[in-house]
Amino acid sequence: MNLQIATLLGQDGLTNGAIYALLALSILLVFTVTRILLIPLGEFVTFGALTMAAIQMGKLPQLEWLLLGLTCIDCSLDLYQQARSRFNRRKLQGVALKLGYAATLVILVHTLPLAELPMGAQILLTLALIVPLGPIMYRLFFQPLADAPSLVLLIVSIAVHVSMVGTGLLLFGPEGARTKPFSDSGFHLGSVMLKSQTLWVILVSIFLIVTLFIAFERTLYGKALRATAVNRMGARLLGISPVFAGKVTFALAAFIGSASGILIAPITTLYYDSGFIISLKGFVGAIIGGLVSYPLAAIGSVAVGMVEAFSMFWASGYKEIIVFTLIIPFLIWRSMTSHHVEDDE
Amino acid sequence: MSTQDNKLLNVSDLHVAYGKVEALTGIDLTLKEGQLVTVIGPNGAGKTTLLSAIMGVLPSTGTIHFNGQDFFSPEVETLVGHGLGLVSEKRELFSTMSVQDNLLLGAFLRYRRGDTSYDTTLAEIYSLFPRLWERRHQQAGTLSGGERQMLAIGRAMMGKPKLLMLDEPSLGLAPLITREIFRIFADLRRQGVSILLVEQNARAALKVADYAYVLEGGQVAMHGPAADLANDPRIIEAYLGLASKHQELLSS
Repeated sequence: MNLQIATLLGQDGLTNGAIYALLALSILLVFTVTRILLIPLGEFVTFGALTMAAIQMGKLPQLEWLLLGLTCIDCSLDLYQQARSRFNRRKLQGVALKLGYAATLVILVHTLPLAELPMGAQILLTLALIVPLGPIMYRLFFQPLADAPSLVLLIVSIAVHVSMVGTGLLLFGPEGARTKPFSDSGFHLGSVMLKSQTLWVILVSIFLIVTLFIAFERTLYGKALRATAVNRMGARLLGISPVFAGKVTFALAAFIGSASGILIAPITTLYYDSGFIISLKGFVGAIIGGLVSYPLAAIGSVAVGMVEAFSMFWASGYKEIIVFTLIIPFLIWRSMTSHHVEDDE
Repeated sequence: MSTQDNKLLNVSDLHVAYGKVEALTGIDLTLKEGQLVTVIGPNGAGKTTLLSAIMGVLPSTGTIHFNGQDFFSPEVETLVGHGLGLVSEKRELFSTMSVQDNLLLGAFLRYRRGDTSYDTTLAEIYSLFPRLWERRHQQAGTLSGGERQMLAIGRAMMGKPKLLMLDEPSLGLAPLITREIFRIFADLRRQGVSILLVEQNARAALKVADYAYVLEGGQVAMHGPAADLANDPRIIEAYLGLASKHQELLSS
């Protein structure tokens, strides 16, 4: 191994590590606020990448129908619930707004010249299609189970993941897809060529992580989410409803997931079922952080990316095994140092 | 509201059951605007259960009329939105967050509704509890018992509730701090805040309250103006006997 190869591998490791860090943070966020281990996070990544690819090829992403369908189920549940108590003007407006949003997107996707749109608009459209799926997913599959034991939530999470993979196959087909890079230029660092997309991934990831950090430390909404994670009952007593917190965290996870997908789509070919293994590596990072510490999770994820890149060079056949074996020493270390915390709810 | 004779809270025929065990059987309770009403009674009488049921933490049957609206086994968040605040016996603080963040979160709903005057409330609370100002950057989990109680009360007040319910605020506190906290309740009442106070320290509670309910075995055993109950021989015997001597020693 010479310096040039090391830089190339490091570049790869850092890019993947940045994505794993983003995913690890969303896994942690969703877990601490809702106690749900978000297995379907990887599907947001693939949905993001494949929708973006479809748009760039001028094909209909088909995802708009999924959004419209789920929105309709969501809205009919809302209406049913209201019919049982009392119709409330503000809530009816909410239902109308949700339906209007989904319908507008369907119309937009079917009328706009998708392939000719500027890259920024394509990204926005992709996010607009996917991010609302997060809160709807929470509403339909997890909100009715909010008080269930963690194991039940995990099982439901796996079920949602499996059905989303199937939906992905139905919507996008079995072919893999790659998208155009955000910009074409490259940079020279000494003798090594740096791909511009690598820089995009790292910069956008750092930007997102810093923004999230500021939002959680400085804004009252961020603090409200943290408060729900620390003490659900305490938060409820202040009017911070777990449903609200759940929907916000799921929206954030859907956003981070699909943004990660859009970011890596120009670098790797993604298939409808590639999401799981990607989010699983984010999960390894989150485990290194003990499912509680955000900075440790981020550092752990970068480490995962690095180990992955370098094991590809030395033992490419064992790449995945090496990465997932990483989790064992950390689990042993964690189980020896941490004490059992009584589950309050 | 006027037809309700400014009743801020009216609970009628409230039942709560834990499985087959009835914890509350047909409670009726009324609180008028600006009043401080106390609920006293022995351990296990259902005092905490009563507050939890009114707050919607526990499912109940019966009517809860609050601030001009009827609620049937409502959600906690709904009631908080209508101006009900509870300082729970367990405090329910955010232990890994700073004192100031805990207080600010008390104003979450006001912030969400676009009310930006919570800074003034924060300043008021800091002047009421200077100790909290000194510790504002400390994590809530590092506070002493009395400070935690102050923080829990302050946090509930940040939401400017129409009715503040307090569950055993003096539990486990040193007598000096208890006295200070009761002084604060008297202050709040003078400012027009309505308070529903559940207490084991019957003497101190009856001293500050307008009206009192005695809860025994999940039922209202007695109720009446606090001053009358404080002089009732049965109450003196059951609740004020030893405690009163203890308190007199302390206050002398």
